[in-house]
Amino acid sequence: MDIALAAEDLAFRDEVCNFLDTEFDAEMQAHLKSKGTTGMVAWQRKLHAKGWVAPNWPEEHGGTGWTATQKYIWESERSLRGIPDVVPFGLVMVANVIMGFGSDEQKEYFLPRILNSDDWWCQGYSEPGSGSDLASLKTKAERDGDDFIINGAKIWTTYAQHADWIFCLVRTDNSGKKQEGITFILVDMKSEGIKVNPIIGIDNEHNLNEVEFNNVRVPAKNVVGEVGKGWTVAKALLAHERTGIAGVADIKRTMRLIKDAAAKETNGGQRMLDDAGFQQRMADIEVELMALEFTELRTLATMAAGGFPGPESSLLKIKGTELQQATQELRMELAAYYQGVLPTNMDPSVLGHEFGSDARRAFMYGRAATIYGGSNEVQKNIISKYVLGLE
Amino acid sequence: MNFDYTEEQQMVRDSIARFVQDDYDWDTRRAIVDGAEGMSRDNWQTFAELGWLSIPFAEADGGFGGSVIDLSVVMEELGKGLVVEPFFPTVVLFGGLVSRAGDEAQRTSILESVIGGETLGAFAYVERQSRYALNDCQTSATSSGDGYTLNGEKVVVFNGENADKLVVLARTSGEQFDEHGLSLFLVDANAQGVSKVLYPMMDAQRVANITFDNVQLGADALLGDAGSALEVVNEVIRDALLALASEAVGIMGTLNAKTLEYTKTREQFGVAIGSFQALQHRMVDTMMAFEQSKSLLFKALCEYEIDPASADTTIHALKVLIDRNSKLVYGEAIQMHGGMGITDELDIGHYAKRLMMINATLGDGSFHRSKFIEQTYAA
Repeated sequence: MDIALAAEDLAFRDEVCNFLDTEFDAEMQAHLKSKGTTGMVAWQRKLHAKGWVAPNWPEEHGGTGWTATQKYIWESERSLRGIPDVVPFGLVMVANVIMGFGSDEQKEYFLPRILNSDDWWCQGYSEPGSGSDLASLKTKAERDGDDFIINGAKIWTTYAQHADWIFCLVRTDNSGKKQEGITFILVDMKSEGIKVNPIIGIDNEHNLNEVEFNNVRVPAKNVVGEVGKGWTVAKALLAHERTGIAGVADIKRTMRLIKDAAAKETNGGQRMLDDAGFQQRMADIEVELMALEFTELRTLATMAAGGFPGPESSLLKIKGTELQQATQELRMELAAYYQGVLPTNMDPSVLGHEFGSDARRAFMYGRAATIYGGSNEVQKNIISKYVLGLE
Repeated sequence: MNFDYTEEQQMVRDSIARFVQDDYDWDTRRAIVDGAEGMSRDNWQTFAELGWLSIPFAEADGGFGGSVIDLSVVMEELGKGLVVEPFFPTVVLFGGLVSRAGDEAQRTSILESVIGGETLGAFAYVERQSRYALNDCQTSATSSGDGYTLNGEKVVVFNGENADKLVVLARTSGEQFDEHGLSLFLVDANAQGVSKVLYPMMDAQRVANITFDNVQLGADALLGDAGSALEVVNEVIRDALLALASEAVGIMGTLNAKTLEYTKTREQFGVAIGSFQALQHRMVDTMMAFEQSKSLLFKALCEYEIDPASADTTIHALKVLIDRNSKLVYGEAIQMHGGMGITDELDIGHYAKRLMMINATLGDGSFHRSKFIEQTYAA
């Protein structure tokens, strides 16, 4: 048992730090700040030019071929600098499915485009009537010659307003069990019959959408895997989503932001960093976070050794999202009255505060974390069944 | 980066697990606890023969030269079996102090007999008023002739009933709360002027309040340098906290496994109670509590292996987390066992009581949270 970094890992860390410090420059930071999420394309292309945009892809498809330790170093250094992670829908989610289940033609067409951020992807899983009970989905795809005709609606579709493509679970058969007869299909968002309706979130932002499908014609060659086997494909993706979701490095960054801010915020002349009650709140989170980091490392080490992640990996999503929300809540409290400031471009010197509105947005958007990717309650059902063996 | 145990560590683990399975079933343990000494001398000899008592000591002192991870493996397994024989007070505390503070003559004369299973030891450090503050020490050792005269009282001395030799923390100079001026002394448990009040604890430990009334000690009774004992005591406590955390992890895993098994077999309303979602989600919570505790233990062990002092902040965090998570685990174990969970007959309550005593040993969660805060948020 040891965590010492080998000489080649230390050298790798130097290379990572050097790259990030040079490339994530003031210009890039300003670009992201003004463009928001769509600005990520420019950053992702810089990463692609370096060959580092897909740490989780195998080398044969243009991934980095990094070891678990190298991925951990990358993730830590990225987060330390407050650099956002890549937009996951293409580079992480659909890419993983195409690599695992796609045809050669799909791999050759889509994977290079995903690496180069040519297409913006979104995820069509949930429906107005199908949330945690995903397999109850009703959006229908009927065969018509070489095509499928899709009718129905998807909801909570993040960034659909920017998307070029949507990967969908659709129902191609109603006769068997509800998990059967589901098909995984890729749909061009420019297809006739698609309508995107914005949903304004609890964070007052437009990230979410409803996507309507009215007789949308999609070539059958866009099916990934076999027709009717979409549930197997989706499960593989969910498992993948879960291992990357703890977000330890980002939670650590939020804790650092809290500590820095607590050294400036005062109450009756005393720094909040010296407030006994506030210190205890920070400590309670930090203790759990230190443990979670090693739970994640245990999982990485097992996977690096070619093993299948043990029971400890299944808690990453639950604990990770709980801690994300705990830090977001603490940061809100630290902002006191200013936690309520709506989105604003007002200069902090006029407004009187640095981070209140950011804290509010992160807290509000963060509510989604315990709901998406299989709500934490669904996660507990899965762990009960597959890890604890309870029926 | 790896979190695997070595083949040697696996062998030690298997050897203790086999002992617990073959020779330490619940009825056997109960008979030992209810016996005259509250421990089995035969078992202690077995531990010596199997080499367990030698594990943390240097090869030069006749030990195995084991690492803190080796010690952790032993403690975790002893925890799983709820073994009452005084490994922690004798080997970790008493042996640890002699090994770290003793001169060659002291180490030779004492450690060999600890390793051989002939000597049982205890560390007398708690006083009525001291709670978890080691520096709060009124017991005094004053110079007399070539040696010292020891006066004072120590309370809740683990293994105080059966220990042959004691290491006593006493003040040789300074005031009651001074960090400096503390010294360690080797004292025979049956020396003139030593008297004991014995009582059992809820976790089956046999402890004692020990009074020292003008106990005459030779110059060779001083263990380590006079006046700077806290330094070495803190080193031993660092080991001891990791040992206790390992024991707690062993117990938490066992409680979870026993509870899970019970909910799969216990039927109510015509079905196994483990089929109820209300219980399933709580068992996921206790599973996570266990895995998180184990992860933080691994972090502390790995840091210790690089540099022991660098692990201190993590060790404080670990004691906080074990305190919090063990309460969840034993609370749920008792609750889910229903009426049986609150009987003396069932082992569940006994595992719970040991966790409570671990939490109360060498500082509870609140105490260590304050220490963690001091080290992490100091201005």
